[in-house]
Amino acid sequence: MTTYDLSDDSVVVVIGSGAGGGTLANELAQKGIDVVLLEAGKEQSIESFVNDEWASFAQLAWLDPRTTSGTWRVARDFAGLPTWICKTVGGTTTHWAGASLRIREHEFKARTTYGEIAGATLLDWPLSLADLEPYYDKAEDKMGVTRTHGIPGLPGNNNFKVMWNGATRLGYQKVHTGRMAINSEPRHDRNACHQLGFCFQGCKMGAKWSTLYTEIPAAIDTGHCELRSQAFVLQIEHDASGKVTGVIYADADGNQQRQAARAVCVAGNSIESPRLLLNSASSMFPDGLANSSGEVGRNYMRHTTGSVYAAFGQPVHMYRGTIMAGIIQDEAENRPERGFAGGYELETLSLGVPFMAAFLDPGAWGASFTRKMDQYANMAGLWIVGEDMPQSSNAVTLHATMKDQHGLPVPNVHFDDHVNDIAMREHAFRQGRAVYEAAGATDIYEVPPYPSTHNLGTNRMSEKPADGVVNAFGQSHDIDNLFVSDGSVFTTGAAENPTLTIVALAIRQADYIAEQMGQGAI
Amino acid sequence: MTKMILDRRRFLARTGQAMLVFGASGTVMFTDAERSWAMALDRLDAPTAETLLRMCRALYPHDALGDMYYAVVVEALDSEAAGDPATATLISEGVGRLDAALGVPFAALSPGSQTEVLTLMQADPFFQKVRGAVVFHFYNNPLVWRHFGYEGASFEQGGYVWRGFQDAGWLIEPDAEASPPVAYGEGAQP
Repeated sequence: MTTYDLSDDSVVVVIGSGAGGGTLANELAQKGIDVVLLEAGKEQSIESFVNDEWASFAQLAWLDPRTTSGTWRVARDFAGLPTWICKTVGGTTTHWAGASLRIREHEFKARTTYGEIAGATLLDWPLSLADLEPYYDKAEDKMGVTRTHGIPGLPGNNNFKVMWNGATRLGYQKVHTGRMAINSEPRHDRNACHQLGFCFQGCKMGAKWSTLYTEIPAAIDTGHCELRSQAFVLQIEHDASGKVTGVIYADADGNQQRQAARAVCVAGNSIESPRLLLNSASSMFPDGLANSSGEVGRNYMRHTTGSVYAAFGQPVHMYRGTIMAGIIQDEAENRPERGFAGGYELETLSLGVPFMAAFLDPGAWGASFTRKMDQYANMAGLWIVGEDMPQSSNAVTLHATMKDQHGLPVPNVHFDDHVNDIAMREHAFRQGRAVYEAAGATDIYEVPPYPSTHNLGTNRMSEKPADGVVNAFGQSHDIDNLFVSDGSVFTTGAAENPTLTIVALAIRQADYIAEQMGQGAI
Repeated sequence: MTKMILDRRRFLARTGQAMLVFGASGTVMFTDAERSWAMALDRLDAPTAETLLRMCRALYPHDALGDMYYAVVVEALDSEAAGDPATATLISEGVGRLDAALGVPFAALSPGSQTEVLTLMQADPFFQKVRGAVVFHFYNNPLVWRHFGYEGASFEQGGYVWRGFQDAGWLIEPDAEASPPVAYGEGAQP
């Protein structure tokens, strides 16, 4: 692996190695641009992943202290764990389920399509589906998304069979095993899915796309990328002209290092990215970097979610096979006559017994709970993924007193459901129930949202600098050589699982950064 | 020093004679008809451990699963108490409140009265401590998984691709467009 001097100010520093940062690092390196890729977590591998829910959670999850506030149930049930995302090389691409859907045309124009909604800070994205289509195409090819580029769909497991039986009886038309970045056949030197049922624990087949064993090694192979794991970035520095000049990070031994940079790209997820910008406040930027709009950390979105589990008279063994290879897309369009703006997807989901006990009804106990657990073998499950409304007060902020292991203020994640979110969730719960009733369920359970896996919007893209943090290329409105390269740039949430869009935006951003560097603009 | 409520060797000797029953998923398991489980304790005394065991059962009652599976939770709490005086105090005082609630030892209460006492204690940090410990330790035991029909790690067996991931024969088979056949290996279509 090529290494770079700490004082080398010709490198682009990318902070975070997940879907956004890992992809961006590779795309830049492929163009011959030198990259230092800093990742806070440790490096795991296909070999070190474990088929064990709690052990894997300890291995991969981001468990640094965080706090929560607001009326969302996560703040009560999991007060210190607002998210279920990862601190490891490859970031949350180790944990994600693989669902890879394009955002729809109307969702890029959320403000125009939905109109003004009280309490919501809706905006149109500063780019359209047409702008992103070529990059979606590249991302789908790169990731090996099923049902694109001639790649066969995945075979449906028992959980999907239940969903399909219920959904087709109910009259739903768009029901299939999804567009998944999981190999249905060997591709790009990676295995095909063997239906392990441990997608969330790191794919031990390597069949699911993760930057850990695709983008990052490819970037390193170019000779233009150095990966430094266990490098936790504490602050981004700037000069008197306001340009960023480097980053301060804590290395594996806790020693502080300073890496110089020609440009800095922040890809630490929607919690850590705004936190880093806020923690980088200076006398020149007292409210944090790139925050002249005051929007850094605001408009936090997590998708309107929830799960429906149903018990049947016969075994299902829902945990066998690809977790999320099953989708109903009939509710994804915007149909205001349902009583809410936006739409939602219904996707298969299952948990093993250890996590089912923790998530089926957090805090519940007694015979009514254990009776549900006793039905585990006969259960099917689905997950609701819908567009939630951006709200200014839903925000990642710095805690006033609590500090992390590096002495920095921890992030607080505040969330209240918008009434549109509630209306959508109630509709989705009803439809999820109807699917399982149609399939012959004996009992049906509505399950509240888990700690957030989709974290979006806290450094949003906007046409006007006053409305958001970055432009359509993820370049900060305030500082030309400071970029954001993760899901925090989403202007609105849309109904789709976000990873494919994060990857497409990273590929597009790499082209832009190369062009700007070529022109000497940055 | 480790105290044993029942001797582990006796446990091992007796499991062979234990009654076999069929669980919900058709797997075979042992009951503890002769209380042939054992708890290894470092910090907690036997009456406290016994009361905790009753509390764990009352919180998450699975009639088909014997006390030995709940004992795993008590052992975990004991280990924590041995290393942390605050936890030891939390547990001993909490058990004291359980026994004092109706003036009759918690272990001697009927299931209905146990539930009533626990309901009144739901906000108690001791209650939350024990409840969390059951969720984490009881449901994370591979022996307990068998009862629920959950098979645990699958990678070592090659996953489920040839081992029943689509075996729910009571359902109508989805069409091949919705659910294509396995695209490789022995099940692949030409």
